Amino acid sequence: MRQEHYDVAVIGGGSAGMAAAISLAQRGKSVVLFEREEVLGGILLQCIHNGFGLHHFKEELTGPEYAERVSKTLEELPVTVFVGSTVMHMEEAHAGEGKIVYAYSREHGIVMAEVRAVVLAMGCRERNRGNIGTPGTRPAGVYTAGLAQRLVNVEGYIPGKEVVIVGSGDIGLIMARRMTWVGAKVKAVVEIQPYPAGLTRNIVQCLNDFSIPLYLSHIVSEIHGKNRVEAVTITPMVDGMPDTQRSFRVDCDTVLLSVGLVPDNEVSKKLGVQLNPETNGALVDSRLMTNVPGVFACGNVLHVHDLVDFVTEESTRCGEYVAEYLDGVRPAAQHRVVAGSNVKYVLPNWYDRSHDNRFYLRPMVVKNRAELQVRLDGHVIKTKVLKHVQPSEMIALALDEKDLGDGAAQGDLRLEIAIV
Amino acid sequence: MDNTKREMVCIACPVGCHLTVSTAEDGSVVVEGNRCQRGVEYGREELLAPKRVVTATLAVSRGKSPRVPVKTDAPLLKAFIPGLLDQVYNMEIAAPVALGMVVLENIGGTGVRLVTTRSVLEVRAI
Ligand SMILES: Cc1cc2nc3c(=O)[nH]c(=O)nc-3n(C[C@H](O)[C@H](O)[C@H](O)COP(=O)(O)OP(=O)(O)OC[C@H]3O[C@@H](n4cnc5c(N)ncnc54)[C@H](O)[C@@H]3O)c2cc1C
Ligand code: SF4
Repeated sequence: MRQEHYDVAVIGGGSAGMAAAISLAQRGKSVVLFEREEVLGGILLQCIHNGFGLHHFKEELTGPEYAERVSKTLEELPVTVFVGSTVMHMEEAHAGEGKIVYAYSREHGIVMAEVRAVVLAMGCRERNRGNIGTPGTRPAGVYTAGLAQRLVNVEGYIPGKEVVIVGSGDIGLIMARRMTWVGAKVKAVVEIQPYPAGLTRNIVQCLNDFSIPLYLSHIVSEIHGKNRVEAVTITPMVDGMPDTQRSFRVDCDTVLLSVGLVPDNEVSKKLGVQLNPETNGALVDSRLMTNVPGVFACGNVLHVHDLVDFVTEESTRCGEYVAEYLDGVRPAAQHRVVAGSNVKYVLPNWYDRSHDNRFYLRPMVVKNRAELQVRLDGHVIKTKVLKHVQPSEMIALALDEKDLGDGAAQGDLRLEIAIV
Repeated sequence: MDNTKREMVCIACPVGCHLTVSTAEDGSVVVEGNRCQRGVEYGREELLAPKRVVTATLAVSRGKSPRVPVKTDAPLLKAFIPGLLDQVYNMEIAAPVALGMVVLENIGGTGVRLVTTRSVLEVRAI
């Protein structure tokens, strides 16, 4: 067994893990990074479409280009990288504040790293059929959209010829175009909500461009087929109830599920990291630290991001916080942040009045000209007008000391962020 | 140009105005439903010469990865897209592949190029 000592272990080498490792190494910390796959990049490597990096690199890149740029920067820094290495377990070290991280690597066997801090950056996984409970047989030909994306774009294997997509999230929409471009016929995209889950730009360029029908307020009520998928039954929803009288059947050999992503916190649980039921990611303080001292989280394992640029921003900052933690910096008193009207969640879950705070929030409504309101002890301390909000677009918000200093200094210091 | 009226959604910004785009008697393009000038330009181009960036993958021989992703370095006229995809999904190049390597020049005489978006190392024989 290989035994190593570092300041920090970063778990996951996607855009989040790479950014955190870069930020830590630039601050002179010794870093070990573990990545399960043979190459760094994470989910970006299978997202070969463009639309990445407009904020961070000020140009429109594809996922692999974004990943390669970031990994080039990482390569130039003294970070110890173990690829093909999966972190299986973590525990508190016997003495002091340390943690022990155990990874299994095909090349090195078990690697044990003793560290003073851990950055969780494992990304997310896809919800599958079990999570949505579609009745019917269990034939071959049902894939999650992200798995299909990997098969087509990385392995070069085309999973089917006639496709129905369940859910209108961006991955499903992008796969509708990809399957069409590789010669398959996409017969329907079925969405239970009355509005699409993905970006308008993807509805236009991935569905409308190919006249692919989008059935809003519809569900796939049954999957047919013995060994292989043969058809699905699609049923309209009326007032939240399926109207089976108007069900119809669509023949297909493949069903792709694009029904959401969930942060992958399997290993976080080993250290007793507390999760937030709203995000399925860790509850974190204003410095992105979890309830376990020295354990931090960033990227999709913390909450599902739609833009990689935000992942990079959050994770770079996370690296700074970890470096400061290692230098002995501890936050002053922290207070809760809560989601107000029309907001699904706000992150981080605590704020610190003594320094600048950055928040990410997920709206629950589709609205033009919405107002973002920040309230402290019942008083509105800041407002911001947004041209357009929708659940598929996360909102970033910065509050500085000045914003937080005014208003009631005493009393209820809970900060509430709402959309009105 | 015939007198067709087309409904479309402007994607030049997230507001997503519903546009009605048509051609007037004198041949000029009329855009309605837009909230700003960018909508007019978007509607005009979508009617007269719609273009898209194309991304795809092609096979790599002796590569550490079986495929390499590619993109057009500028939006390509839609009419040329099916032909390009046909060609790309039937092509193979040999590893090693560098990021940004030009795979095809001047697609359909448009000046648009196809470039790789990832590097792929060569698998060495042992
Ligand atoms: C399919 C899809 C399409 C997207 N499209 C866009 C887009 O068009 N534009 C845009 O800006 N953003 C897009 N995004 C968002 C953005 O790209 C991602 O949110 C971001 O790249 C996630 O980075 P991450 O590092 O948090 O996660 P990931 O990239 O998933 O990285 C996590 C890494 O951790 C590794 N790992 C997990 N568990 C372990 C373990 N136990 N041990 C070792 N390693 C482990 C995984 O192998 C993986 O490499 C998309 C996201 C998805 C999922
Ligand atoms: S017309 Fe203007 S405001 Fe409307 S979607 Fe297009 S760019 Fe946005």
